[in-house]
Amino acid sequence: MNDMNMEKKGEAQAAAQPQAAQPKAAPAAAPAAARPAAAAPAQPAKNQIEPECVAPEALRERMETLKNKEGYDFLENLTGFDWEADGLGVVYQLASTADPSRRVNLKTLTTDRENPYLPSVADLWDIANIYEREVYDFFGIRFTGHPDMRRIFMREDWVGYPMRKDDETEKNNPLRMTPEPLSDFTETYTLQSDGTVTKSQRRLFEEDEYVVNIGPQHPSTHGVLHFRVSLEGEKIKKIDPVLGYIHRGVEKISEKMTYPQTLALTDRLDYLGAMQNRHALCMCIEQAMGVEVSDRVKVIRTIMDELQRIDSHILFFSCLCQDLGATTAFLYGFRDREQILDIFEETCGGRLILNYNTIGGVMADIHPNFQKRVKAFIPYMRKNIKEYHDIFTGNVIFQNRAKGVGVLTKEQCISFGCTGGTGRAAGWHNDVRKLRPYAAYDRVQFNEVVRSEGDSFARYMIRLDEILESLNIIEQLIDNIPEGNFQEKMKPIIKVPEGLYYSAVEGSRGEFGVLLESKGDKSPYRLHYRSTGLPLVAVMDTACRDNMIADLITIGGTVDYVVPDIDR
Amino acid sequence: MAINKRPKIKSIPYEEFKDNETFERLVAELNAKGTNVIVRKLDELIDWGRSNSLWPLTFATSCCGIEFMAVCAARYDIARFGFEVTRNSPRQADVILVSGTITTKMAPVLRRLYDQMADPKYVVAVGGCAVSGGPFTKSYHVVNGVDNIIPVDVYVPGCPPRPESFLYGMMQLQRKVKVENFFGTTNRKEKDPYRDTMAEKAEEIYNEEEQA
Ligand code: SF4
Repeated sequence: MNDMNMEKKGEAQAAAQPQAAQPKAAPAAAPAAARPAAAAPAQPAKNQIEPECVAPEALRERMETLKNKEGYDFLENLTGFDWEADGLGVVYQLASTADPSRRVNLKTLTTDRENPYLPSVADLWDIANIYEREVYDFFGIRFTGHPDMRRIFMREDWVGYPMRKDDETEKNNPLRMTPEPLSDFTETYTLQSDGTVTKSQRRLFEEDEYVVNIGPQHPSTHGVLHFRVSLEGEKIKKIDPVLGYIHRGVEKISEKMTYPQTLALTDRLDYLGAMQNRHALCMCIEQAMGVEVSDRVKVIRTIMDELQRIDSHILFFSCLCQDLGATTAFLYGFRDREQILDIFEETCGGRLILNYNTIGGVMADIHPNFQKRVKAFIPYMRKNIKEYHDIFTGNVIFQNRAKGVGVLTKEQCISFGCTGGTGRAAGWHNDVRKLRPYAAYDRVQFNEVVRSEGDSFARYMIRLDEILESLNIIEQLIDNIPEGNFQEKMKPIIKVPEGLYYSAVEGSRGEFGVLLESKGDKSPYRLHYRSTGLPLVAVMDTACRDNMIADLITIGGTVDYVVPDIDR
Repeated sequence: MAINKRPKIKSIPYEEFKDNETFERLVAELNAKGTNVIVRKLDELIDWGRSNSLWPLTFATSCCGIEFMAVCAARYDIARFGFEVTRNSPRQADVILVSGTITTKMAPVLRRLYDQMADPKYVVAVGGCAVSGGPFTKSYHVVNGVDNIIPVDVYVPGCPPRPESFLYGMMQLQRKVKVENFFGTTNRKEKDPYRDTMAEKAEEIYNEEEQA
């Protein structure tokens, strides 16, 4: 009797299953879209790049032609790699600003693991200087002809190169509590015609130079950043940034994590661009796997990105005002920022670290109140922007301290790779949302806010104007969120097909890119983030020269970097 | 005279605090030594004043620092508790809120900041990173908990902690301050750790000058 019952139940269950399984899998009620083939797409993924391999001897010549003859004036990314038995190498990603559709990727490598040398390109693109120092610091590749081959993130007495696959970092580097050594000398390696490399030393600061240390604990550096500033009276002669006080080794620990785990760290890089950072990584993995997310996800992501941008720009305004002594304006900014945080909190559960995007969609569907609150927020914010202008923009002291101060030309911005508001303030059209539209940016109308002055004031105004543009974008989308899945069904273990992939989004302060190399495993082989802030710190020396020391604070504030994003 | 076991914090009854055991242990420890009635009365007065004007050092290394700024702004208004006077110099600060990841490169700097603060001084570890390394425990460049470098009074977990937990952590600190024996203990004069070495150095320089 019992047995029969059991059997019957079992049958009934089996019969009910085909219907029951559906809603269980996709609780969003909408019919699941045809599941795309996750493994090995037939044609190469949209964001796959195949860098052309150039021998180190031929690299200089090739690069010079690309830069000077073919107009590749923007070095988007320079990434070190450790391909184990294949050698140590670098991948260069170049783009032309005149014709943004023209992009070229190169790579070069050396098999010498003991004394790896590669030619430097620091004289062609200014930003290469700091990028190559990063590669030296992480991989130990020395660049011949580089004017300043020092470590940049790690302490000078650090042993080994942490990003190498065979490095025994922890063993060689116990916690050192001695004050950090900071040398006044720097090294240059020169490749002689007979193939040997010679080393020469040079002073960074002369013995009688007046050098002031600003940071790492200084309220105006917006985090733990350290500038060695050489002064002549009150004028800045030179700035040497010392980074790495918040270098958390994100890229290295990601190599030991599964893809869903790596997502968690992106929010913590540039925490004022948490949504966008995570969006970039999710998009990179999705495109690499050939997963198409639903329209609903695209629109939600776009709205969230823009809300995040507003959040970041409001914080920018507040901090700048605070730095210049306007505490009231700081409070005004935070009052409005809380409105966005409330919206985020309802849907994502977090205020600052949101963990919202996920591979194949978003973590949860938007909250029922979401649309209502966002719609209420738009007019509220438009009104308050006027207030910002009334309370701060017109202030004479601020105008005197910002107009004509810290001027960066368009060429400098391009050479230093300063994307985002800083580049746009100098007239460089670099908005990734316009150049290579992703998510739902191709279906909205918006202006890329560009100015031409390139001074602190322009950088400030750009950000306030961008808030209005972001509101426009949100307004167009908020009523048209299409129906659909908020998450594609993914396999429990996510593996990205072998290859090298690059995706970028427009972060709150510039182009945030993800360069991912996969060997087909469940964790990335190498994950590199194009930091939005590193170029902005690199340019500080150029922007501040011959300005007053007090203006360092305004310039630093308007350039708008976030330190954990620089150090990664 | 025994120390009052139940320091009053406005709006939160004693029972509603979590982790009263640790607190009671601390009180028992202080009570074991016993106190003079008059001194204790004075202590109470001073502790009352100190607990309501704890000046934090502006110290933020990463994400948690932004939440700290939110706590300072109008909505959560840290000024209600007397903590709003953030100081940029460690010499003027009473408490260091370690908000954010502490890397090995930052560790000596943090230690020095702590050393520069005048006694009595307190440390609050804010956020997972400061408590234990947070999401970065496996990293080669992150200190797994600031208690490896400096003594911590209150831990506030979270990534980042909500502003409410910030305030709750600060109230816990207030309770701790309120039961302290100020005279002869927390305001004791610390031995200058550099005195001997400095004297040696001075002598060296002096000798060198002599020779020259
Ligand atoms: S605990 Fe979380 S929010 Fe705080 S600093 Fe660490 S990662 Fe950032």
